This record gives sequence, structure tokens and C-alpha cells, in this order.
Amino acid sequence: MPVLECKGLTKRFGRVTALDEAAFSIEPGRIVGLPGPNGSGKTTLIKLANGLLTPDGGYIAICGFAPGRESHALVSYLPERTAIPVWMTARQLMDFYCDFYRDFRRDAAEEMLAHLNIHPHQSIKQMSKGTREKVQLIMVMSRAAKLYLLDEPIGGVDPATRDYILSTIIGNYNPEAAVLISTHLIADVEKVLDEVIFINQGRVMLQSTVDDIREEKGMSVDALFREVFKC
Amino acid sequence: MQWQFSNDAPIYAQLIQQVKVGIVTGAFPPGERLPSVRDLATEAGVNPNTMQRALAELERDGLVYSQRTAGRFVTEDNTMINAAKKSLAKRHVKSFLEAMLRLGFQREEIISLIEQELGEEEANHAGT
Repeated sequence: MPVLECKGLTKRFGRVTALDEAAFSIEPGRIVGLPGPNGSGKTTLIKLANGLLTPDGGYIAICGFAPGRESHALVSYLPERTAIPVWMTARQLMDFYCDFYRDFRRDAAEEMLAHLNIHPHQSIKQMSKGTREKVQLIMVMSRAAKLYLLDEPIGGVDPATRDYILSTIIGNYNPEAAVLISTHLIADVEKVLDEVIFINQGRVMLQSTVDDIREEKGMSVDALFREVFKC
Repeated sequence: MQWQFSNDAPIYAQLIQQVKVGIVTGAFPPGERLPSVRDLATEAGVNPNTMQRALAELERDGLVYSQRTAGRFVTEDNTMINAAKKSLAKRHVKSFLEAMLRLGFQREEIISLIEQELGEEEANHAGT
């Protein structure tokens, strides 16, 4: 069964159609990139998948469940903006995640924090922007979820942090789970991906594996993106 | 191991080449156990499925073999490793020749340039 599936998925905001009959599916064990220019519908799609928005038409399911209580337990979501409570310490944040998510792997989170020399007593308020983003990613990746939805995980961080984030995604790879990464920095994530789904103006333009694109077109996904979305 | 990728070829094909280089240069010595797919993928910064695909292909070629529970190992067959070394060398020579021909050099000129360069290198070595 696909981890994420949608058919004819449509979402409108007033007169603007943000998603227009989007259809695709993502199988377990896949790391999928969702490149698209700004305003192409990436965040709308992710918000529909975790139930923060409701569709105007079509169908979306996570492991066969419509977004709701069952699906929330299966989805681990990294929002575009850092959204962890800043008054907490790293330890309190882990307690918080343990309370809310049965699949939270506390030992994994502790190990990753220790690796970054982040002390459990340190308060999030005192951390730099980059460190906060790393901490939030650690919380998200420490869940043993079926679907990870990462909205722009590497936007606005320095190249070293970017490398850390990508290696954390690879290091937590689980053949039974899928990862969906929305980004406009394709060149950086390309090597980490199995496949990409290009969306533009709310429509799915292409779903293909990275190596098929490289084999057939003789160019990187980044180069293809620049060609397809040339302004 | 240094992992580097170009933009014009599939990543799994580049991984095959780089693991081969690792085997030929002794970074992955004959008979040694290879790191796990996940560790190799993390080190190279690539997708684990892509790394798996590359290793499966190397296994088909016989350069690595897997043992059911213990993981993947580098072959101990030196003739096979030498053959891989030769085929890597051939690729380098081929792309070098293509570049030289594009620049407009003829066979004799190319050979004399190589000899000259090798001579200079030897002189440098003798000097130090």
C-alpha cells in the first residue's frame, strides 16, 4: 500500500487554484523530493497531507487513512517555520514529544543532541536559529513515523548545517517509511532522493526517479528544473 | 574515501566507479568487510537505495560478494581487482585522448607531450 496517495486532489483559495487535480503515490522506503518554484503548491500539498487544510475536491490518504486521528499518528511533520516552544529546555521538549507521540525514540533524540553538543538543560531560547532548526529536525526524525513531511528543511541554513540535516535524513532511513521533502534547493538534496515530483501552478508535471532523469536527459534534476521552470 | 559527483551521469553509476576506485587503491582492501549500506550512504551523502543498487551491481560483477548474515566483502581475487584497475585506467586514457583530439593534437604530438611530461616528472623526483 502506498504511504501517501492522492487522486484528483484540488484546493482553492478564493479564485486561486493552489492544487489542481494532483495525482501521485509514494511507496514505502522512498525519499521523494518535491521541487517547485515559489507558489507552486508545495506547502498546500503538505498541509493537505497532515490535515491542516481540507481539500475542495479529490482524495488524499496516508497508509489508506484520510487525514485525521489515525493519520496524525503516522505522520511526522516539519513545518516551514520553526515551531517549537522556545521557553522549554531540550529535555522538556523531549518530554513533550514523548507525551504526544507513542513512536518517539527518545534514545535516538538524545544521541543526536549529544552528537551536536546540545546539553539537555539548555533552553531553546538561548539557541541560535540554526541550532533551533536542527533541534526541531531531530525531534521530527526521532519519531518512528510512516511518513515524514519536511517543508523546506534546508532553506535558510548554512552549508554545514545543510549537510548535517541531509545526513540525519539518510541516517534515519527506514525501508518501511517514506520521506517527502519540499525544497527549491534541488542541487543540494538531489543525491539524497529516490525520485522527484515536479509541481507547477498546482499541477503535477512529472514524477520520475533521479537516476532515470540523469540517464535519459543526461543532466541533473537541478538542470532539468532550471530548464522546465525557466523564467 | 572522498566522494565526488558530477551532474551528467546517474548517481548509481558514479557510485559503482568510486567504490571500484576504493577497491583498486586499497581503501577497501581485498577480503575486508564493506561498511553497511546505511553507513556508506551516509558517508557519501547519497540515498541508501541508490547505494544498494550500486553494490548489487558490483556484486553481479563479482568485485564484492555477500555473506548471508555477515554483510558484504571485497573479493580476494587479485586478477579481478587488476582487471577493474585496468578498465578504470582505460576510461581515463580514453577521455584524455578525446580531449586531446578535440584540441587538435595528432597521435605523435600526444605521445611526445606525454614523454616530455614524464621526463619532467622524473627530473623533479631526482631533484628532490
